[in-house]
Formats: sequence, structure tokens, C-alpha cells
Amino acid sequence: MLDRREMLKRVGAGLALGATASLTPFKAFALDSVTLPFDNGERPLVKYPQKRLMIGQTSRPPQLETPFSVFNEGPITPNDAFFVRYHLADLPLNVDPDTFTLEIKGKVDHPLKLSLKDIKKMKATEIVAVNQCSGNSRGFFNPRVAGGQLGNGAMGNARWRGVPLKTVLDQAGVQQGAKQVVFGGMDGPVSDKTPDFAKALDIDHARDGEVMLAYLMNGQDLPFLNGFPLRLVVPGYYGTYWVKHLNEITVIDSIYDNFWMKTAYRIPDDACACVEPGTAPKATVPINRFNVRSFITNVADGAKVGIGGKLLKGIAFDGGTGIKKVEVSIDGGKTWKTARLGRDYGKYSFREWKIPVKLTAGPHELKVRATSNGGQVQPSEATWNPAGYMRNVIETVHVTAA
Amino acid sequence: MTRPVLLALATIIGLAAASGAFAPTTAGAKPISYKLPDRAVEFKPGPNLDVVKANCTACHSADYVQTQPRGPKFKKDFWQAEVNKMIKVYGAPIAEADVGKIVDYLTATY
Repeated sequence: MLDRREMLKRVGAGLALGATASLTPFKAFALDSVTLPFDNGERPLVKYPQKRLMIGQTSRPPQLETPFSVFNEGPITPNDAFFVRYHLADLPLNVDPDTFTLEIKGKVDHPLKLSLKDIKKMKATEIVAVNQCSGNSRGFFNPRVAGGQLGNGAMGNARWRGVPLKTVLDQAGVQQGAKQVVFGGMDGPVSDKTPDFAKALDIDHARDGEVMLAYLMNGQDLPFLNGFPLRLVVPGYYGTYWVKHLNEITVIDSIYDNFWMKTAYRIPDDACACVEPGTAPKATVPINRFNVRSFITNVADGAKVGIGGKLLKGIAFDGGTGIKKVEVSIDGGKTWKTARLGRDYGKYSFREWKIPVKLTAGPHELKVRATSNGGQVQPSEATWNPAGYMRNVIETVHVTAA
Repeated sequence: MTRPVLLALATIIGLAAASGAFAPTTAGAKPISYKLPDRAVEFKPGPNLDVVKANCTACHSADYVQTQPRGPKFKKDFWQAEVNKMIKVYGAPIAEADVGKIVDYLTATY
């Protein structure tokens, strides 16, 4: 797969709405609702077991977005606030970790069936990594596109603990000629005519020692809706690869061409993963690494703030080179100042930042722009692609000081 | 577990800034019987509603439709393409005679 870290270097000037939410009454089943800041953006706030109040995107299968204020609580997204995304409605609602098995098969010398206990006996590793939905922020696309109409909350950062996929593949003995590894979970379609969800990684990527079979998230068992009892963690890659309820790993000597790889989750095959708005790409590739993003987390769009000193705070992340620099503008992008970066939890983690600013009376356009260690800078004009993936425009928060 | 201990543990593993509700444990996983909340999301009233209910709700809730963008580009052609996708890509067993009825409902209602 292509590595885009070095390729996205577009800079410009533009505008994006922050994902703030205003509370309004909603239907009886919902406890309350929020209105995401785009047309038709009203969503119920819903309560699921193991989860706090979340933005209910869809009910069946469940898709829950993290309320944006959560990202101001710290660099780690709590398990009960972590976003949820399923494609297919047949969920494995009854999971017994004592009988659960992970199968490793295909082009391997020794096919394996591992229990959760077997996996937990192996040498564990930990990584702090962001998981982000490919379509995070799709609701802000202009022109709008079909699909889940998400605000900015389909992302989260957790400390994952498990075993490297490499360990398991080495134990099974990958055969010569292997090209990809296919991952399947216990969840599936309602109809057997619907293509089951499965994703593939190139064999070298699968054996890089970082891709992980994770059974703990922030020190706890995975919440059911985040893939209990085992999920794939693919640091720096979009969430579509982070297969939940993982129970099937198949090594193949071809390029996997199911619907979810060959047709869905494709991006334009160019440096910006974008095309002229409203047009179709000539060629596509499977979506892969995150581009660089940053957000202000402690001031909501439309907020009233005091005149004078204010500490702005936020987060930044990219697809795995780490954050080099975060700059903030309080004058709509005319001038920029470099923010101070917070503790480094590793190159795949959210990186906190903060900067003291002075706001004079009146309206201000606050902007935040991150640069990755790979040299990628957020664009000031939003890029566009037909599926609504990979939005990473410089975010703008409008405030009024009085 | 007392609060000071909780905070100390959180600090040790570098999560002091995260939620105070964090309680580290590596205890063995227990069986889960997960109960999805009963969230009735209804299709809006409209022509051929019964056909829509019969064909769509087996696989997904009405909010998949409700949350789609609105506007001139999201009318009949858009919904026709969506219904075609459900049939061709996701294998929805929709009778030929029902396709037009569903498209009409979606166009008129959303």
C-alpha cells in the first residue's frame, strides 16, 4: 500500500466549522440530542451498556460518535466514550472468552487455533494509538456526500495491550509467496447475500511488529462495542482495518479483492487523496494512513470568552511520524504562533498542545495547524473525494471576546 | 480502592491527565451477554411505507436514511442509486416491483 506521509503537503487558506453541539429536545427514546453543525445534523444522545452518553448516529447496526468535549478531558479517550462503528447488524452479543478461539490459517506451515488464554500467555506489548474512522468529519464535506454523516468525534486515542501480530504469524510459519493477510471478525451480515466484513494488510505490514492483536484498552477488557474480546490494532491506519471481535486470520498468496477492499474504502490515487469537488477519480487505492490533523478542544465554536489572556488547548496527530509543530492563529490565519507540545505518548498518539493568547474585544477566528515529522501540513482549503474520507483541513473556531 | 491509590496508579502508567474514573485491571475477561438498548427509530410516514419497512429494516435502522444530506442533489437519482446499491452490493432481496415504490417513498419523504 502507498505511504502518503511524504506526499500531502498542500497549504492554503480556508474555513471549517468546529464540531460543537447545542442541546435541543428530541424524541422520547433519546435522553437528549445534539445538533452537529451541518444541515440535517440533529442526532439523539443515547446510552448503551459500557458507554456514557454518546451521539447516536445509527441504531442498527450501532454507530456512536464521541461528543467532542471528551477530547478536552486528556490525551487518552476513556473506554466509555470511545466511538463505535459497525457495518453489519449481526453482532456476536454473547461472547465467552473461555471458549473464544482465534484461527490462523491459509498459507502457513502450522495452522493454529489459539484461545484467549493462549494469547494472553504470549509476551505482551503496548502502544498508544489513535483510531479514526475513514469518514470522520464527513458531514462537513462540501458538496455533501452519501454515507455516515459524522462530526469530528469518530476518533479516539487509547493505550492498547496485546501481542504483536508478527508473533502469531511467526508461530504459524508464513509460507513463501504470501502476499496479504486477511482479518475477519465474529460480527457479520444479516443476509448471507451481503458481503461479510473482512479487511487485508500486505504481508510486510502485518509482520512489522507494531500491528497488534489487542485484548486490553486503557488497562481494561475491550468494551463489547469496541471489539471484545480481541481486535486488530493497526497504528496510524484508518479504523476500517482495526477489525473487531477478531477470530479469523488468513494468509493468502494473492491480493484480497472482496467488496470491502476492492470497491469500498478506496481513495483517489494521487498525492492529496482528492479530486475536483463533484468529480470521480481516474484511479483509486485502498485507504491507508491518516493524514495530519489538529483541533482546539477547550473552546467551542461560537463561544463567548473574556477579554484578555486565555490558554488555548488542543490535540494533534498524524499517521505515525509524530507531531513536529502546532501553530495557532487568533486572526483568521494572518499570523501564527507556535504552541507548546505536551507529553509525548509515542508517534501514533494524540499530542496535546497549549498556547496562551490575548484576545481583544470583538470576534476572533481561531485556527490551529499541525505539521508532522514527515513534513505534512494541514491544508487551509478542504480537499474533497467522493466517499468523504480523510478530511483534515485547518480547523477554525469562531469566538467573541467581551 | 481509595482515590489516592487510584490516582497513583493512573500516574504510574502515564494517564494522570485522563479520566479520574480510570481503574486499571488486567483481570481475566468474563463472559459477556451484551444487551443492545431498544432504540426504535421509525421511518417517517409517507407513500409505500409498508413496502419500505418490509424491505429495509431487516438490515438497517431508519436513521441510515434520515441522516443523509438533503438538497437538490439528494433527490430521486440519489435514492435510486442507494436502492440499487442495496440490491447489487449488499444483496438485498427487493422485488423488482418494489424498487420504484421505495425510491418514490424516499424521494418524497427525505
